Amino acid sequence: MSAVMQTRPGPTQGAPAPATVAGPVTQVRVVRSEWTKLRALRSTWWCALIAVVLIIGLGAAIAGSGAPYKISAGNSAAGGVTISLVGILFAQLVLGVLGILLFSGEYATGMIRATLAAAPSRLPVLWAKLIVLVGLILPVSLLAAVAEFFTATALESSRGGSAISLTDPGVLREVAGASLYLTVIAVIGLALGALLRRTAAGLSVFAAVFLVVPLVTAYLPQSIQGFAPYLPSNAGGTIWGAGKLFGGHQLGPWAGFAVLCGYAVVLTGLAAWRLQRRDA
Amino acid sequence: MIEIDGLTKRYGDKTAVDGLSFVVEPGVVTGFLGPNGAGKSTTMRMIAGLDRPTSGTVRVNGKHYPGAAAPMSELGILLDARSVHPGLSARNNLLALARTAGLGRRRVDEVIELAGLGEVAGARAGGFSLGMGQRLGVAAALLGGPQTVVLDEPVNGLDPDGVRWIRLLLKSLAAEGRTVFVSSHLMSEMAQTATRLVVLGRGKLISQTSVEEFTGHATTGGILVRTPETARLGQLLAAPDVTVINDGTDLLRVSGITAEQIGTAAWRARLPLYELTPTHASLEEAFMQVTQDSIEYHAGATR
Repeated sequence: MSAVMQTRPGPTQGAPAPATVAGPVTQVRVVRSEWTKLRALRSTWWCALIAVVLIIGLGAAIAGSGAPYKISAGNSAAGGVTISLVGILFAQLVLGVLGILLFSGEYATGMIRATLAAAPSRLPVLWAKLIVLVGLILPVSLLAAVAEFFTATALESSRGGSAISLTDPGVLREVAGASLYLTVIAVIGLALGALLRRTAAGLSVFAAVFLVVPLVTAYLPQSIQGFAPYLPSNAGGTIWGAGKLFGGHQLGPWAGFAVLCGYAVVLTGLAAWRLQRRDA
Repeated sequence: MIEIDGLTKRYGDKTAVDGLSFVVEPGVVTGFLGPNGAGKSTTMRMIAGLDRPTSGTVRVNGKHYPGAAAPMSELGILLDARSVHPGLSARNNLLALARTAGLGRRRVDEVIELAGLGEVAGARAGGFSLGMGQRLGVAAALLGGPQTVVLDEPVNGLDPDGVRWIRLLLKSLAAEGRTVFVSSHLMSEMAQTATRLVVLGRGKLISQTSVEEFTGHATTGGILVRTPETARLGQLLAAPDVTVINDGTDLLRVSGITAEQIGTAAWRARLPLYELTPTHASLEEAFMQVTQDSIEYHAGATR
């Protein structure tokens, strides 16, 4: 009957606390945690690889076919760069998916419960995902855009096209801007994944905003197209000259990019609010 | 220590947990019993700060858990539903959690060994059986060496070896002075593992007691005796506070007397016994009685 005697434990104040090994949660530690996940997931590297192949591959295909690009009064050096960067229109979908999956994948598998139980203040998890996503996509997309630029210009000039240099007006902005654009798109994907929690819902909204709505808008009568320059893809696309591909009124490159960043900030803010307020 | 005070959780119109108050003390294994849908998992999710209470408070080791500086040293939790990423290996699942608390591969390898996952640590968790998934979840709960361990249905899907492992693990954690709070629908399992019980029905606290007290309330149970001499043994044991029930076979159900007394009496009278089994499954019956009452009470009270 000694078991009965033990059912009432002694005063806990006097008892020594059992040994623990865990340290405090810090933002840096949560970033390391998120990097551990992102690095170890196959989907990360598939998405990154596909995006790089799309950017360089489509750029090379365009530069290596058709009439060589000649710089003239109507055809600027930057315009030539934009045409060969068209792979971004497809790469953005893949990187958007990567961003969405970073959050929705945790809700789908249930890992979010373990993640948030380990970091119950929650917001550091969102910031950490943001940091590792930007930390991965910014350099990868920049390398891809630079590699695409040199591949495309080498192909063009070998076929008799005009030589385009990074120092030509607007060229550096477009190449670097391609990378900035893709990075912000992935951040928007991340925020959508955190807000909607389900991969399918995130993909639907993302595809609607970045694929369907801009296409449909292009066919609307001119009189009701006033909002078109402010659509995320149209506004943000100005930084790598995408507006030239479709024509119509457009914002300036940095103003447009600022609008895109505005969408990302608002969506991330909503995601933070929802993460903080709602049950996991 | 877990202190729950006036805890209520509503999802729309449905009240999952209703004004729950109880304390889980360190140093012993406390079982959390209740029929499916009683609110056990919801309560555990609120302990971990995953669900926000509609009202009431939860304190883990005297603190509000989501505000703890070093959460993984305060609380380790295994939730009923799977909470691992199937695309990550067992080791990477654990490493990702360990990193948030500044822990590294050495600690991960320790809990992998502890959970007996050494051979599959590099395999993707998506391919794990339910039992291996449970071991991985337990390993995750123990990563930070938490003062309080909360496990939702840990023996679910485990083979007998795994059940034995959990039983010993829970007892050794309690012996180290940790708070161990474990839910199960297997009442017999609780009888072997837990010392204290918190019983829940329809989101309300039905009983907070020790296992002994709880089974003591049960009116049924008793000792099964198999003998070819049922009539003679029945006469031999007859006494005012002893009940002997014979269903016509060679089996007697005796209550009000210990197995030792029955065995000794039969041996003195030279009556052969083939079986002498105290039925501790009466925890099951006690549980059914207690929760039935609560369900009937609620059925009467609802509109």
